[in-house]
Amino acid sequence: MRNEINESHEATEDYGISDEPSKKRKVVVPGEIIVSGEDYLPGEGAHREGENVVASRFGLAEELGKLIKVISIFGAFIPRRGNVVIARVVDLTFHGWLLDIDGASSSFLPIEESPRFISKNDMDQYLGIGDVIAAKIWAVKAKGSDLTLKGKGLGKLEGGFIFRVIPSRVPRVIGREGSMINLIKDKTGCNITVGQNGWIWIKGESIDAEIKARKAIEFVTEKVHVEGLTEKMEAWFDKN
Amino acid sequence: MAIKRESGRGATEIRPMMAKVGVIPNADGSAIFAFGDTVAIAAVYGPRQLHPQHMQDPSTGILRCNYDLLSFSVSDRKKPGPSRRSQEISKVTEWALSPVVDLEGFPNTVIDVQIYILQADAGTRTAGINAASLALAHAGIPMRNLICSISVGKLDKDLVVDVDKSEEDFKGGEGPTDFPIAKIANTDEYTLLQLDGKIQPEVVKKILKIADKACEEVYEVQKKALKEVVQ
Repeated sequence: MRNEINESHEATEDYGISDEPSKKRKVVVPGEIIVSGEDYLPGEGAHREGENVVASRFGLAEELGKLIKVISIFGAFIPRRGNVVIARVVDLTFHGWLLDIDGASSSFLPIEESPRFISKNDMDQYLGIGDVIAAKIWAVKAKGSDLTLKGKGLGKLEGGFIFRVIPSRVPRVIGREGSMINLIKDKTGCNITVGQNGWIWIKGESIDAEIKARKAIEFVTEKVHVEGLTEKMEAWFDKN
Repeated sequence: MAIKRESGRGATEIRPMMAKVGVIPNADGSAIFAFGDTVAIAAVYGPRQLHPQHMQDPSTGILRCNYDLLSFSVSDRKKPGPSRRSQEISKVTEWALSPVVDLEGFPNTVIDVQIYILQADAGTRTAGINAASLALAHAGIPMRNLICSISVGKLDKDLVVDVDKSEEDFKGGEGPTDFPIAKIANTDEYTLLQLDGKIQPEVVKKILKIADKACEEVYEVQKKALKEVVQ
């Protein structure tokens, strides 16, 4: 089960903040000039104004060669295709479930997207209102996003607890190729599913282990600016 | 300088400014901004699904502002709930902010900006706009630039920056004049110009020049507050 959950993170780890050192980062405010020069290329969160590359949102500006991008560090979750999210069932319709993913759109889980056949008559026995699931976004449309439960590590979450971190810090929690989350899982022995929407589900052997895992994750999300976090995390586990 | 300001400030001296970002943990973005005794707090929620559905715009997200005085913010208790004044200020705040935010990436959604005045000592809409601009940036909303806002007043014939309550109620000479201005930082684009009182057309140019200088100071305070939140 634990390995299965790991795999569901893999598609997402490269996006956003990663642990790699060596890159130059600085805090920029909207409208601030990041660099001047014709040969720079504005990436996500940046645009060109004449000579200059200017930040179009608040966050950390990063130079990747000639590409400049601004990574946001606060704010709501914007659903993207392929994201694994933790969602709560808010309503049942004839064709599937309406879910709250705590993001910019409403989302829908069609009955056909459950891993096994479910009769329309006993949908509520499989997922009722208030149930929490891990699901993957497979389409983002103007009117909302569609979810699926077909995939490793997806499905109803039973036991344990969920809590929220700032969604833009999720890539940090997962770390490069899942290094950070695997470290936390190894040290605490908990099952953890991290949703890209900032909701995290933890289930462990004991409450103490679960709380320790939560504290570890909160430690990571507070350190926005720090590089080489995985080593710091190991040191943190030695102390606690 | 014919008239001395009661507070002892110079004509172009802004009251001590205070700005802090990230003051409301449950909001996606939040900020507090103060000009002396005028304190405004702003929270941003979203982008999120817009209800009622008929207000949704499939081509872009929309910005929705709500400004209000809290009942204890003024000396005579303000009756809670929307009033003519607060609805008007909500609307002008929305207009002041919307030119810089780029919501085309979030169709059918809304970004809610809640602005509350904790303490009122004149210039509440300008403090509110400054706080809202910080809160929007804090929420990671794509923005062209920050918005800076300041009010310029006229005491008889003298122009003064950032009027307080006693100056807003100034009696004598040409009477009280209050001229709130909001502009896009580091540009010549103005997003809010209001006037309460009497003023000669040629003086307006002077006012804009004074406001430009003051807005630079406001911008520095805003920039510092945003950078401080990342440690």
